[in-house]
Amino acid sequence: MSEAVLMQGNEAAVEGAIAAGMRFFAGYPITPSTEIAEGSAVRLPQVGGKFIQMEDELASIAAVLGASAAGMKAMTATSGPGFSLMQENIGYGAMAEIPCVIVDVQRAGPSTGLATSPAQGDYMQARWGTHGDHPVIALSPSSVRETYTLIIRAFNLAEKYRTPVIFLMDEIVGHMREGVELPKPSDLIINRRKMSFHDGANKQAYYVPEGRYVPAMKPFGQGERYNITGNAHDASGFPTNSHEIAGRLVGRLLDKVERNADDITRVEEYAMDDAETAVVCFGGTARAVMSAVLEARRAGKKVGMFRPVTVWPFPEKQLCRRLPQLKSILMVEHNHGQMLLELRRAVGRDRPVHFLGRIDGTVISPQDILAKLEEMEATDDAE
Amino acid sequence: MRFAGSGGQGVILASVIFAEAAVISGLETVQSQAYGPEARGGVSRAETVLSREQIWYSRVTRPDFLLALTQDSLDSYARSLAEGAIVMADDSLVVPEGLDRGRVISVPILRTAGETVGKAFTANIVAVGAINRALRLFEPETLTEAVRRHVPAGTEELNQKALAAGEALITPEMSEAFAQKWE
Repeated sequence: MSEAVLMQGNEAAVEGAIAAGMRFFAGYPITPSTEIAEGSAVRLPQVGGKFIQMEDELASIAAVLGASAAGMKAMTATSGPGFSLMQENIGYGAMAEIPCVIVDVQRAGPSTGLATSPAQGDYMQARWGTHGDHPVIALSPSSVRETYTLIIRAFNLAEKYRTPVIFLMDEIVGHMREGVELPKPSDLIINRRKMSFHDGANKQAYYVPEGRYVPAMKPFGQGERYNITGNAHDASGFPTNSHEIAGRLVGRLLDKVERNADDITRVEEYAMDDAETAVVCFGGTARAVMSAVLEARRAGKKVGMFRPVTVWPFPEKQLCRRLPQLKSILMVEHNHGQMLLELRRAVGRDRPVHFLGRIDGTVISPQDILAKLEEMEATDDAE
Repeated sequence: MRFAGSGGQGVILASVIFAEAAVISGLETVQSQAYGPEARGGVSRAETVLSREQIWYSRVTRPDFLLALTQDSLDSYARSLAEGAIVMADDSLVVPEGLDRGRVISVPILRTAGETVGKAFTANIVAVGAINRALRLFEPETLTEAVRRHVPAGTEELNQKALAAGEALITPEMSEAFAQKWE
């Protein structure tokens, strides 16, 4: 008998979150993310945590931010329509620097769309859904096992950079069941939130020493008085109308992610060392891409897969390192071309990027990708 | 393997049970499903991929096996089978033209659940028992354990009865014939 257990992606998200220290979940069930709320409702009381079903998604994200400010690792899970409702407070979390994890198991939209069908149409919303210039970290898993390990990383990054982290799943991975052997939690380093009442000589809640980007987190409501606000604020946390302070604050928020992109961005590459064609994809789409790449390799074609695991910030450095060897690039995603825009921006105008997308709620198959690769070959030959 | 029927008939659970049996046996497996927004009714479809090697693409494009519990699902999915695929259909269904009858196992799944087992909702487990015996996929103990892991506490005995009733639908001759075709 093997040690593996049969587990769904959504179940793995719950188990990974608990291993990462999640002890608070507030949410409102929505297909195809509902199993995350169900699983959290069962598992959290077993580990001394709290589960609350809220009246809607606006309240869910608000409760999560409150719990996190008070010292708990907190998460919510939703799908497109609920993700839209959460946007305002995601910006609040970014501005007030409150770590948390927001799971979006993407389904076909827009609006209520096809509630039970897969899509990846929230890629741009994950970046620009909330208003104003703000930092975003978003990660996207492609298997049940990776859902477990990557959501732990989502919590770690949320704590390290004091910012909401978006865990961008899709129906393909969320509802997929696979046999997995979960690593022991002790094998994965989990950063505990740095809690201190006094950060050196300066006791101000949002004081950041010179050359650093992230203030230490003080537990709210446990003895020390300070203010949390979505307004532009100074180091004390109280609102300010100073353009200088506001500019410095937002600049620091953006810098803490942008300047640490090397630490935050991760990619998976398969057969890229001698690849002349790169197939770029993320999340559940990688499953069909891997099948297609293996098939193309068997036919002697130099094709590889480049998969951003960190989807925001986009891993352009890792991609651009591959550019000199590449003759063609194909973007495959379950939307009308969203990561495609970012990919084109990263590689520049003089390099054409081919595209295969899907917006009808069905799943792109390896055969679709192989046919596209052949079509590309034919056009390239004609040129 | 593809399992198709009407929402509420439990075809997803049937699919999950075979995936669980695969995990217990140390095989690679990926299980997925497609269904409508209704809790009951509408077409429901589930798929299990079994392999000795790592599985990448998680869906089934042309299944080697199809279970159909409704006429709609039989008619629509009979069109996208792999060459030489085996079909199990409830015997109340009309086998569509063009489907090789020698590869169709027509057995009274729904009636057996309602009359022999006494609960119509056990049809999915009856089907699981019948499929496993017809294709000789897993050891009976493995399948029993897989079922136990996925049915509500207190219903183990009922489900065991359904599993046995399903196995009993397949004669040794049928099992011999279809297991060979499956290979």
